[in-house]
Amino acid sequence: MELSVVDLSRLQFAMTALYHFLFVPLTIGLSILLATMETVYVMTGREIWKRMVKFWGTLFGINFVLGVATGLTMEFQFGMNWAYFSQYVGDVFGAPLAIEGLMAFFMEATFVGLFFFGWDKLSRRQHLAATWAVAIGTNFSALWILIANGWMQNPIGAEFNPDTMRMEVSSFFDVLFNPVAQAKFVHTVSAGYVTAALFMLGISAWYMLQGRHLQIAKRSMTIASAFGFASALSVVVLGDESGYEANLNQKMKLATIEAMWHTEPAPAAFNVVAWPDMENRENIFAIEVPYVMGLIATRSLDTIIPGIHELVDRSKDRIRQGAVAWDALQKIRENPDTVSEEVRETFRYNANSLGYAYLLLPYTDNPMEATTEQIDEAAWSTVPNVFPMFYAFRIMVACGFFFILLTSVFFYYSSAGKLDVLREKRRWLLHVAVWSIPLPWVACEMGWFVAEYGRQPWIIESMLPTSAAVSSLSVVEVLLTLAGFVLLYSTLLVIEVTLMFKYIRIGPDDGEEPEVPPASIRPVSGTVPVPAE
Amino acid sequence: MILYELIDYSTLKVIWWVLLGVLLIAFAVTDGFDMGVGALLPFIAETDIERRVVINTIGATWEGNQVWFILGGGAIFAAWPPLYAISFSGFYLAMFVVLAAMILRPVAFKYRSKKPDPSWRSSWDWALFIGSFVPALVFGVAVGNVMLGVPYSLDNDLRMTYEGSFFGLFSPFPLLCGLLSVSMLVMHGAVWLVMRASGEIARRARRYGTMAALFAIILFALGGYLVASGYVDGFRITSEVDPNMQANPLAKQAVIEDGAWMTNYATYPWLWLVPGLGFLGLIGTLVLLQTRLEMLIFVFSKWAIVGIIATVGISMFPFILPSSVQPEASLTVWDASSTHRTLFNMLVATLIFLPIILVYTAWVYKVLWGKVDEETIERDNHTAY
Repeated sequence: MELSVVDLSRLQFAMTALYHFLFVPLTIGLSILLATMETVYVMTGREIWKRMVKFWGTLFGINFVLGVATGLTMEFQFGMNWAYFSQYVGDVFGAPLAIEGLMAFFMEATFVGLFFFGWDKLSRRQHLAATWAVAIGTNFSALWILIANGWMQNPIGAEFNPDTMRMEVSSFFDVLFNPVAQAKFVHTVSAGYVTAALFMLGISAWYMLQGRHLQIAKRSMTIASAFGFASALSVVVLGDESGYEANLNQKMKLATIEAMWHTEPAPAAFNVVAWPDMENRENIFAIEVPYVMGLIATRSLDTIIPGIHELVDRSKDRIRQGAVAWDALQKIRENPDTVSEEVRETFRYNANSLGYAYLLLPYTDNPMEATTEQIDEAAWSTVPNVFPMFYAFRIMVACGFFFILLTSVFFYYSSAGKLDVLREKRRWLLHVAVWSIPLPWVACEMGWFVAEYGRQPWIIESMLPTSAAVSSLSVVEVLLTLAGFVLLYSTLLVIEVTLMFKYIRIGPDDGEEPEVPPASIRPVSGTVPVPAE
Repeated sequence: MILYELIDYSTLKVIWWVLLGVLLIAFAVTDGFDMGVGALLPFIAETDIERRVVINTIGATWEGNQVWFILGGGAIFAAWPPLYAISFSGFYLAMFVVLAAMILRPVAFKYRSKKPDPSWRSSWDWALFIGSFVPALVFGVAVGNVMLGVPYSLDNDLRMTYEGSFFGLFSPFPLLCGLLSVSMLVMHGAVWLVMRASGEIARRARRYGTMAALFAIILFALGGYLVASGYVDGFRITSEVDPNMQANPLAKQAVIEDGAWMTNYATYPWLWLVPGLGFLGLIGTLVLLQTRLEMLIFVFSKWAIVGIIATVGISMFPFILPSSVQPEASLTVWDASSTHRTLFNMLVATLIFLPIILVYTAWVYKVLWGKVDEETIERDNHTAY
């Protein structure tokens, strides 16, 4: 298969973004957990909570720097690989990125230094404030990034201007309070909280299995299970909100998630398992649950959800309309000052479908002269591959329900004060917690895949196709950087994971508690007599 | 009421041109000494404890400083979208090199101290060196290329085609700018170490700082001579331009012209104060490095950076990214910005958040202030890098 600059640029973006999001969710969630634990420390004055903050803070730090490092690429690669996108939507899309820096990332990055280096230089309350500043900064950071991303999914508050060849803000308020962005934000940070909670839960379970650091492990487990349970509920409920929003403006994404080829009478059935066949545009088989899909996606009994075939038909109309807009645009571009008001009016009337005309450009130079077959082909190019969409979504949802189950079980044991029962009689549950540590990452990455791959072929939903958004680069250039990023990121990831394991094995400083681990793997502490060897 | 019309579009464009300068300068002044320190690390400190002293002078604050870089990227995207699109895709491989190098930095700071193994530590020291030296060099080279004009063209849909190559970036004048950038930042980093370290390291820092300042004076003068003598051509707009126009880089005429980068100085002779400030800062740093006035050296070193970067900006005004193959497609202050509304909204956001940033950053520096030496490292052994 011959890979084009578009394919390679997409691969590179996917790879750098997915890597970035290996580190981000843990940062989002753990920062809040650290601030919570430190609040307990400041309120109760009990040293053990400070040691907990320091221990989980060490792991936080190892993860945090890679989030920062891989985030650098994210800020610049729109310009590097997606120059036309950047020129086309910078007026709208750039603002949230800039405000993210101003309002959130600056705070996070400045105070994280105090978090690590300020223990002896600040009062307890001052240090607590610094920790909260990191947590708040991190979460606000996610907000602004998701406002930017939400706009790519649901580009409201902006209009295309033929004289500047770009989308321009008409309502900054609409961009900020985009319902898709709000739903995505809460869903995404909740996912981060679940990730951090399961991380803390799993590692604490491992210590309990080993009989080490029991005081710290139990407290951590209590906090993690309560926080995790609330977040897992929220991630599923608000994920549902995202699905609802998707039905309002990204019907194709929803139809491919559900492998729903044909419009069904409302309320539509939900496919639990299906084998979608892209060639013949149908499911080879499917196991359905009646009504469920219609209820979830429309929250009503009588709203019809359009299937893929019907959506493709709608796209054909918009492509024809888009071609008219495209034609008028060419006339405006040729003679911006003298073109008749009639042409401008034609453009304005059809401008909403301009992006659909770009879908024809791979097949013909002049969308006005496109044949029925070309329009047909272009319309079918609006359907992302159904198979990965269908299963990625189901893996994510299954993980979500499993997280609710797991955290609720641990929440029960911890709130009933029965964590020792786990250690003595239900060791298998602790094993499950340990082995569940990677699952939130699986869910997060699947979620992003569904969100972004499901938007294809658009880079801005219904406005600009990904294929038209790319920079004028050569295949060799993009191959070089793709290889470079893969190599660099993978090396750093291996180092990161190795260090994580190392510091988890070393474990927290137990202070003056009874369970003293072997001195060989324990940092020397001034308050505890060091056993002679 | 339409709030954004409170300020003229043309005024907003100039404000954002100034703010672009402010962000780049803030990045060079703050992250600049981190880079200088990183570039000096393998040479100025030999033993592990010495290197830890050097690293810990910037260990707690480099991360906040680096945000100026990220904020710069975001602000260019928001306020000057065509600049963001054309410069980063045009300098594609150079940008990759910068990013790859800068990615090493956060990791190196954090991971170096996680294992006592000497080869582990020395690898991260070199990662810090690369992460500091390479961006310092490439940023300078990029500025040099911008002054020469970048080989790109725009079609009628404003789609950009770039005709240069990676190695084509490293021609003599840009290389000179790259070396100037390195000398300037190494000088700044050395001055930082004079202020924050002590003993042998501070003594070596004075020596390196003096050399770097000397180099910077020579290179800045040589660069100025090349521009003034016409070795480096400038650009000039030849058509009527309405400063309140909608952003459309193709709506003007422009030419490449001998000495055009000197026109602004001829029109407004007081602008000579700006390169003057650069020289004053450099010479002041050079002289004061021989004295005990540690805090004052840093002030001069800062002003040197302000003067040098501002010189580039005002020499080129109103151009921000000239095209050497299609001069009329050059980006200028008047035709390459975001809309009136976005510039206004972003200005409001900046006016709210920038003062807050400055206040808490100043507070964090105050909390963490103090000389770092081998004793402080031993004392804070488990929290220090």
